Amino acid sequence: MSSERLAVEIAGIKMNTPVMGASGTFGFGMEYQDFLDLHEVGAVCSKGITPQPRAGNPGVRIAETPSAMLNSIGLENPGLEVFKRDILPQAAQLPTAFIVNISAGTVEEYGEMAAALDVDGVDGLEVNISCPNVKEGGIVFGTDPKAAAAVTASVKKHTHKPVIVKLSPNVTSIATMAQAVEAAGADCISLINTIMGMAIDIRRRRPLLGNITGGMSGPAVKPIALRMVWQVAQAVQIPIIGLGGITSAEDAIEFLLAGASGVQVGAQNFQDPGVIAKITQGLDEYLAQNGLQHVSELVGALEV
Amino acid sequence: MERLLQDGQVLANETITPVVKRMVIHVPDIARQVTPGQFVMVRPPEGKNFLRRPFSVSDTDSAAGDIILIYRIIGRGTAEMADMRPGDIMSVEGPLGHGFAIPEGRALLVGGGVGIAPLIYLARSCPVKPFVLIGGKNESEVFWTRFLEPYAEKVFVTTDDGSVGKKGFTIDLMPEVLATEKVTAVSTCGPGIMMRGVAQLAREHGIPCEVSMESRMGCGIGVCLGCTFEGQVSHHRRKVCADGPVFPAEEVFG
Ligand SMILES: Cc1cc2nc3c(=O)[nH]c(=O)nc-3n(C[C@H](O)[C@H](O)[C@H](O)COP(=O)(O)OP(=O)(O)OC[C@H]3O[C@@H](n4cnc5c(N)ncnc54)[C@H](O)[C@@H]3O)c2cc1C
Ligand SMILES: Cc1cc2nc3c(=O)[nH]c(=O)nc-3n(C[C@H](O)[C@H](O)[C@H](O)COP(=O)(O)O)c2cc1C
Repeated sequence: MSSERLAVEIAGIKMNTPVMGASGTFGFGMEYQDFLDLHEVGAVCSKGITPQPRAGNPGVRIAETPSAMLNSIGLENPGLEVFKRDILPQAAQLPTAFIVNISAGTVEEYGEMAAALDVDGVDGLEVNISCPNVKEGGIVFGTDPKAAAAVTASVKKHTHKPVIVKLSPNVTSIATMAQAVEAAGADCISLINTIMGMAIDIRRRRPLLGNITGGMSGPAVKPIALRMVWQVAQAVQIPIIGLGGITSAEDAIEFLLAGASGVQVGAQNFQDPGVIAKITQGLDEYLAQNGLQHVSELVGALEV
Repeated sequence: MERLLQDGQVLANETITPVVKRMVIHVPDIARQVTPGQFVMVRPPEGKNFLRRPFSVSDTDSAAGDIILIYRIIGRGTAEMADMRPGDIMSVEGPLGHGFAIPEGRALLVGGGVGIAPLIYLARSCPVKPFVLIGGKNESEVFWTRFLEPYAEKVFVTTDDGSVGKKGFTIDLMPEVLATEKVTAVSTCGPGIMMRGVAQLAREHGIPCEVSMESRMGCGIGVCLGCTFEGQVSHHRRKVCADGPVFPAEEVFG
C-alpha cells in the first residue's frame, strides 16, 4: 500500500500514486500481478485499442539499441468489441485506475471509440495521436495541430470521461501541439510517445525491423522527453503526464519538477517488471527525507 | 505457478565448444517450479544491454535449487553472459510461458541447434525413456549426446557433413526411426524449417506433435506483442512468450 503523500487526482482520475504503466508496455495490468502489488501502480494505460482488430506489422518487431529499444508492433490489438467483452470486465476489477488508450483512422472513428467506451470500468481515455507504426491515423493526427484539435474535440464530445491526449515527439514545436489540444478541450496531456528511429544489421545489409523504421523508447530518450514536458508545462494550464525513459524514482522526480503531475513508465517494465512499485516506494522515501507533505509540492518546482 | 524475479548466483559457466556455454544459476524458487519447455528472461543486474534475453531451461537441479542454461554466443547479450564467472549475480525472471506436455508413452524428441537445450529436461521428465533425434552441422555440435544419453532410450545423430552419425538432416533420418520404433508423441525444438518437416512427418504417421517456437521478445510476459503470430487453428493472435513457446504443431504450421 502506498502512502497518503502520494495519493493524487489527475484530471479527475483518482490514483494511489502518480506513477502509471504506459500503454503497450503494461498489458492490461493483470500480466504484472505476480511481480508487484497493483495498489502501488497509479493507473494502467491499456494497449492501444482500435475500432477493428489489428494483427500489427509483419517481420521482426523488436530491436535493441544502446540504452533503448525500437518497436514496430503496429498497434496489434483485439479490437474494441473483444476488448469490451473479454478484457475490460477483468481490468475493471484491478485495484488501480484503468485508462483506455485509443487509436483510430478518422476523426469520426475516434469519437465513436470514445462513445463506446463511455462505460463503467473505464476511468479515463488516453487518445493516441502519435503512433509512428501505423500508416493511417496515428501519427498523422499527432503532427498537425488542426487534426490533433479535431480528434480531441471529437473525443470530448462523445465522452464523460477525463480525456488525456498523448502527444508525439516527432514534431517541430511540441508547445504548439499542446496548445492546440488544450484549446480543443483536452483535460490532460501525456507525452512523449516513441521517437521515430531505425537500426541496420550491417552483416545482412537489412533493417533490424521488418517495418524498417520503428518507435524508440527507453532511457536514451529521457532528456528529449524531459525537455518536451518542460516546454509543454510553460505553454498550457492543464495537467501533464510525463513519460519517456523513466527507470527510477530519481527520473520520475525530474519529470515532476519539470511540470508533470504524474508519470508513466514504459520500456523499463520489460527489464524490471516490478519497477513501478519500486518507483512509488522511492518517491515516497524522497518525500519523507525532504520533509514534503505531498507529492504535488514537487510539481513544477524546478528553479531556473 | 508464480512468475518471479530473482537474483541468483552463477555457480558455473563452462565452455562446451568455442561458441556454446553452459551456465548454472542458483535460483531455488524458479528451479522448483519450472517445467520442461518453459523459459527464463535473464540479464546481469548491471548489464550493458537494455532488454533481457530469453533462454529455455535446459535442465534443473531442483533439490539444489539450480537451473541450467545452454546457450550459443551470437551477439552482445550472449557475449556478456559468456564473460560471467562463478559468484557473479544474474537476474532471472521466470518461469515463463507454457512448456511441453509430458508424453505418457514412448516419445520421440527432435532437436536442432540450441533448440536441443530444452529437450534435455524434457527427456529427463518423460516417464518412459524417449528416443531423441538431434542434428548439427558437424561433430563440434554433437556434444549434446553427453547430456541426453542418461535420459534417452537411444540418441540418433545426424550431421550436415556426415562427420558423426548419419549425413543429412534430422528429417531425413526421422522416417527410419518412425518405421522401426513405436512412438506415441513427438516434441520438437529447433529451426523453423526443421520443425515444419518434423510436424509434417508426425502428421503423416498420425502422431501428435508439439513444437517450441522461437521469436524476438521484448518482455517475455505477453505485454509488448513483439513475438505474436496468427494461430492456424485458433485463428487468434498467439503470443510465443505467454501462450507458448510450445504449441500443438497444427497451430503453428496449419
Ligand atoms: C523461448 C526462447 C528460448 C530460447 N532458448 C535458447 C537456448 O536455450 N539457448 C540459446 O542459445 N538461445 C536460446 N534462445 C535464443 C536467444 O534468446 C538469443 O540467441 C539471444 O537473445 C541473442 O541475444 P544476443 O544479445 O546475444 O544477440 P543479439 O545481439 O540480440 O542478436 C545477434 C544476432 O542473433 C539474432 N537473434 C537474436 N535474438 C534471436 C532470437 N530470439 N531468435 C533468433 N535469432 C535471434 C539476431 O537477428 C542477430 O543476427 C531462445 C529464444 C527464445 C525466444
Ligand atoms: C512495445 C511498445 C508498444 C507500445 N504501444 C503503444 C500503444 O499501443 N499506444 C501508445 O500510445 N503508446 C505505445 N507505446 C509507447 C509508450 O507508451 C511510451 O510512450 C514510450 O515507450 C516512451 O516511454 P518509455 O521510454 O518509458 O518506454 C509503446 C511502446 C512500446 C515500447
